[in-house]
Amino acid sequence: MFDLTGKCALVTGASGGLGAAIAKDLHAAGATVALSGTRKEALEKVAAELGDRVHVLPCNLSDMEAVDGLIKAAEEAMGQLDILVNNAGLTRDGLAMRMKDEDWDSVMDVNLKAAFKLSKNCLRGMMKRRTGRIINITSIVGVTGNPGQMNYAASKAGMIGMSKSLAQEVAARGITVNCVAPGFIKTAMTDELSDGQKENLLGAVPAGRLGDPQDISAAVLYLASDEAAYVTGQTLHVNGGMAMI
Amino acid sequence: MSDVAESVKKIVVEHLGVEEAKVTDTASFIDDLGADSLDTVELVMAFEEEFGIEIPDDAAEKIQTVKDAIDFISAA
Repeated sequence: MFDLTGKCALVTGASGGLGAAIAKDLHAAGATVALSGTRKEALEKVAAELGDRVHVLPCNLSDMEAVDGLIKAAEEAMGQLDILVNNAGLTRDGLAMRMKDEDWDSVMDVNLKAAFKLSKNCLRGMMKRRTGRIINITSIVGVTGNPGQMNYAASKAGMIGMSKSLAQEVAARGITVNCVAPGFIKTAMTDELSDGQKENLLGAVPAGRLGDPQDISAAVLYLASDEAAYVTGQTLHVNGGMAMI
Repeated sequence: MSDVAESVKKIVVEHLGVEEAKVTDTASFIDDLGADSLDTVELVMAFEEEFGIEIPDDAAEKIQTVKDAIDFISAA
C-alpha cells in the first residue's frame, strides 16, 4: 500500500521539521523527491539522510520570480512532477491592532501566493499526464482562528478555499487537491511558544500529547498515493482531537 | 490545407479525442466537439506550445471554432 515508486515529488519548506518528515516518508515510499527551502545547508543535510533519488532546489518563496522558476527546475531535475506538497509557511504573529502591513503581506506571499503559483505552474504537466497530487499544508487555525495570528490564519483559510476551487477545476483530469491541517505539532514553529502557552494548548488536546511530524507526513503520504484517487477538495485534520470539524 | 490548419486540426483531434472528419473549419469546440471549459484552456495551451506564440486571455475567449484558431495563429 502507498507505493510511490516512479513518482516525483516536490516539497517546499523541506528543511523544516514537517517538510523534512514529509520528504522522508514520500522518499521511503519510493518517490524521487526534490527538496526546496531557503536554507541550502539544511536542505543538503536532509538530502544526505535520504541518499539517492533526491534533488536540492533552494528557493525563496517570497521572491515571486524565483517561485515562477521552481516548478520548471523540479521538472528539469526529475523529468516530471507528480506530487506537489506546499508545506512552506511562515508566521509573523501579533495582535491585529499592532500588525503591520508588511507582516500581513509577507505571510500572504509565502503561505498563499507562492502556493497558488506553484499549484498553477505544475498543472500543465499533470493535466497532460491525466494524474497529479497537490497537497497543501494548512493549519487548524485556518478553521478555528487564533488570536495574534490574523495574517497566518487568513493565509491558511485561504489555502483551504483555494484547494477546493482548484480541486473542482481539475478533478476530471485525475488530479486531486487536498489539504492537511496539523494541530499542535512539535516543530521549531511551536517551540517558540512559552511553557504556559504549551500547557494551555495541551489541555485542549484530547490525545494528551503534541503531534509528531510523522503524524502529518503519514497523512500526506496517504493523500499522495494512488489509493486516495477519489479523495479531493478535502481537508484532513490531524490534531489529536483538538478540533473536530 | 495550410500547414497551420493541418497542425491545428491534428491538435484538436488528439486533445478532444474526436474523429478527424468532425473537425471542420466551422466546428465549435464546445457545441460541436464536446469540449468543456478546461478542454478549451488545454487547447489554447497546446496551440501556444506548438506554434511558439502567446495567446492572451481576451483573444483566447474569442477562439471558439477551429477556424477562429487557425485565423488567430496565422495572423500571429
